[in-house]
Parts: sequence; C-alpha cells; structure tokens
Amino acid sequence: MITASHVVKTYTAPDGTPVRALDDVSLNVDRGQIFGVLGQSGAGKSTLIRTLNLLERPDSGTVTINGEELTALSDNELRAARRRIGMVFQHFNLLGSRTARGNVELALEVAGMAAAERRRRSDEILDLVGLGSRAESYPAQLSGGQKQRVGIARALAAKPAVLLSDEATSALDPETTASILDLIKGISTELGLTVLLITHEMDVVKRICDGVALIEDGRILEQGGLVDLVSTPGSRLARQLFPLGPLPEGDADTVLDITFSGGSADRPVISQLARRYDLDVSILGASIEHLGGKQAGRTRLELPGPAAIHRDAIAGLRAQGLLVEVVRGGAE
Amino acid sequence: MIDMNAPQFWPELFEVLWVGLLQTLQMVAGSLFFTIVIGLPLGVLLVTTERGGLLERPFGSRALGSTINKVIDFVVNLGRSVPFIILMIALIPFTRLLIGRFIGTDAAIVPLSVVAIPFFARMVEIALKEVDGGLIEAGQSLGASNWQIIRKVLVPEALSSIVLGTSTTITSIINFSAMAGVVAAGGLGDVAIRYGYQRYSWPHIVAVIIVLFALVMVLQGLASLLSRRLAHRRSGERMSRAIQLAGGPES
Repeated sequence: MITASHVVKTYTAPDGTPVRALDDVSLNVDRGQIFGVLGQSGAGKSTLIRTLNLLERPDSGTVTINGEELTALSDNELRAARRRIGMVFQHFNLLGSRTARGNVELALEVAGMAAAERRRRSDEILDLVGLGSRAESYPAQLSGGQKQRVGIARALAAKPAVLLSDEATSALDPETTASILDLIKGISTELGLTVLLITHEMDVVKRICDGVALIEDGRILEQGGLVDLVSTPGSRLARQLFPLGPLPEGDADTVLDITFSGGSADRPVISQLARRYDLDVSILGASIEHLGGKQAGRTRLELPGPAAIHRDAIAGLRAQGLLVEVVRGGAE
Repeated sequence: MIDMNAPQFWPELFEVLWVGLLQTLQMVAGSLFFTIVIGLPLGVLLVTTERGGLLERPFGSRALGSTINKVIDFVVNLGRSVPFIILMIALIPFTRLLIGRFIGTDAAIVPLSVVAIPFFARMVEIALKEVDGGLIEAGQSLGASNWQIIRKVLVPEALSSIVLGTSTTITSIINFSAMAGVVAAGGLGDVAIRYGYQRYSWPHIVAVIIVLFALVMVLQGLASLLSRRLAHRRSGERMSRAIQLAGGPES
C-alpha cells in the first residue's frame, strides 16, 4: 500500500555542509496495517513522513502509494493524489480562524465538494471522531485531545485510503494519547485504513502497531512485523522494547538473555532449567509486554558454575524454541 | 488675522471643519481602496516569493521568484523612504497622466495611495509571516493549490493582524493627507494651515486636533474590536504588538 524505495534526501546545513536526512530508505507497508516508524528526534523520521506525500521531494528514489508512483506525477496529479492521503500533525495545525467544522470542510472545499454535501460529510466525520457536539467550536476553545480529533477528522474527511501521522500524540498527556491511539486503531479497523505513523515513543508502537521500522541517522535499521522482530536474534527493537538494564560487574558467570514470545511465555522455563541442570539461576532483569494480543518478554539470567553445564542448558533452552542470546561468558 | 469675536466666526469654523472632514474622509477612503487592492497582493507576493515560500519557484523558476521578491522589496523600500511632501510633488506628472489633472481632492488620492501601498504591503508581509508554517503544510497535505492556500489559509489566518495593519495604515493616510493642501486637495490639515497657521486662529487648530484625535480613536477602537473578533483566540495581543513595533513610515 505504501512503498518507499531507495529514498535519499540531503539538506544543506546553514554552514554549507550537506546533511543526509534520508540515506537509501526503503519501506513497505501492507494494506490495512498500522505501521510505526520509531526513532529519536533528528533520526530523519519527520523528513521520511514528508517525503511520503512529497511535502518534501526526495533527491532520488521512488514513493508509491495505493499503486500510484507519486514521485512520477505532475503537480496537478500530485495534488489530486494528496487528497487520497490524510495527514495529522504533532501540533494539530488547525486553522484558528475556522471552527472545527470549518477545518474539516477545508479538506472538502479543496476537493471541490458542494456546500450541502460538505456539511453532511463534516457532520458524519465529526461524529465518527466523537466531536459531533463541538462542531461550532473554534480550536482555541478545544483541549489538545479534541484538537487532534479535529485534525484526524480533517485528514479523513475526503475518504483517503492512507493516513500519515506525524507524532500525532507527542503533544498530548498520556491519558489523551491512549484515547487518540485507540481512536486511530478503531478507525483503521472500521474503514480499512492503512496507517503510517512516526513516533519517538515505544509505547505508541506497542499499543497499536502491527509493523515497525527503526530509524537512526537517516537509515532504517530494522523493519518488519512487531512480533517477528521481537523474536529476531540481536534485534535492537527487542532491546528497546524490553530494557534489561546494565550488565553486572565481574565476568565469572554466564549471562543469558532469553526472549519469550507466543506459547513459550506461558511455560515455567526458568524453574525447569534450575531443576534439570541443578543450577542456582539468578534473574537479573525481566520485561513482559502484550504485543498483538500475545504475551512476549525478555529475561536476563545469570548462571553460576562450570561452563560445560551452561552449554547443555543453553542447548536445552533452544530446543524448546526459545531465543537465547549469550551476553557474556565462555559457554560459546 | 481673523476676528474671533465676529458673529460669523463659529458658524464659519464649523462649516470649514465639516467640509475639511469630508475631504479628508474622501481622500482616506479613496486611497485606502487602492492601497488594499494593490498592497495586499504585493504583501502576499513579498512573503510567498521568499526562499522557502509557496511561490518560491513561479513557473518552476527560482530566478523568477527571487527577482519578483527583490523588485517588490526595492519598490516598497523606495516608496517608504521618500518624504511625502517631496513624493507628492514628484508624482504630479504621473497623477496628470493617470487622471488628467493634479489639483484637487480626487487628485490627491494618487500620491496618497502611492505612499500608503508600500506601507500596507509591509504590514501585510508582517501579518502573513506570523502564520504558522504548519498550516501551509496542512493545506498542502490536503491537496490544496497555492492559490487555495493563499485564499483559504494564509490570508484568513492573518486577517486579524491585517485589520490592525489596515488601521495603522489609515492613520498614516490621515497623517499624510494633512499635507495634501499643497495640491489644493483641502482636508482637515489644510484647514489647520490656512486658518490656524496663516490667519492665527488657534480655535481652528484646536478643533482640527480634536476632530482628528476623535477620528483616529474611533478607528483604532473599531479595528481592535474587529481584530479580536476575527482572532477567535483567548489572547490576541502577540500579533498586534508586532504590527505596532513596525511603526509608521517617515513623513
């Protein structure tokens, strides 16, 4: 549904040096998916989302949305294509001179819809985002969460197939963030909408995303389904999702990170390990999350004693289908 | 010297004052019309042809955008730097070319517009620059054309500030119109000079000052009210201050 292929975007910094904001970025989002691009500020995610509807034109590479190669369109065709791609913004970007309804109708005016039809559609979409009663309010009279609901209504008014969300919840408090994310998820399911969102918050990804890409210094480091990435050895996303803290001092014992996902999360793996190999297992850290309705987690264990036993124990764990990473120790 | 004790003094003063007020209002209304019609597009062009602006590349050419921007900027600076009394005289041939004469209230509208257009264009420029770039981006993301963004986003969002700028512009026009007596345009300034200064009648001076002061006060009040209503925000002071800081033109 959304495909970016080898996108490069370079800026010139004020001192004249070129800055590579996007370095050969390729991305694929399936129809109906909610896909998160996760990265720190300055990683290039803002530039990335703006190249997807060509608010920023990439230096090279192509962007294809809904079967249309946007990078190959004329200005007029591009404007028409943008009407089929909604976008919501971190700071809402609502027109202060228009009411909530007026803001929604802007999208429809641009699309050339007649006044009566605009009114009907704006009522419908404001009801959908739960703001039916505030249609005549100006943005200054609305709370942050309500403003973002207007932003979402405006983005969806012209019935786009794709929604781009540029840090839509970063300016909101945690409770409002949750309600806006649930709204996006609900609308995505109801309308079969494909959503690409960028965020610096892992919580946003955990709450609603099916797929995720990790971006750093203008490069995509990892991408794929959320549950798949978690069970991929060495995944940086998994490390960020399940933080286990720093390693303990000293290097005598073996330290393992075990990733549980799917069914393995329910089995008493650690007590079995302790009993079968007669090991005094210490748990150094653990983190459990619900992803896509399934439990997943990571545990960091310390195994004392001779390395030979550790080798057997590790092989035993792997035989159960667990992802085991040896963080320290001579077992491998 | 005028006889202040003559029975006809006060009725005549009011008569002269009334005629002067009407002439001033005629000059202000006429030049304001042309100022807005020409100055608003110029202000929009000043902002949009800047680097990174909407019309940065008209017809795909950055050179054209940059040239338009520099030319307008130059003309606006030129217009603002020439003292009005000199500009008015220098424009006599232009006025005659345009409307066939250079004397009278109507004719004064030409130089008054010429001086007010650059001033107003700057006011519009300042007001438009206050509009958050995110709103333009939002318009673009909805598939709006540049013209739609100017008409539906940029100008409406800046309207509250533009109204304040308009009121400052009107005050300047009133100010300049006081010199229009030089081309026999009449007006309140002319009353003050002919009666007050040349015939030593202080009541004329005082009366003119009172009428002008009342005029400007009413105008400012109305503009502030209108601006606040247009702003639809809880605190609308930020924009008005930017306009005030811009100050008036050199006279």
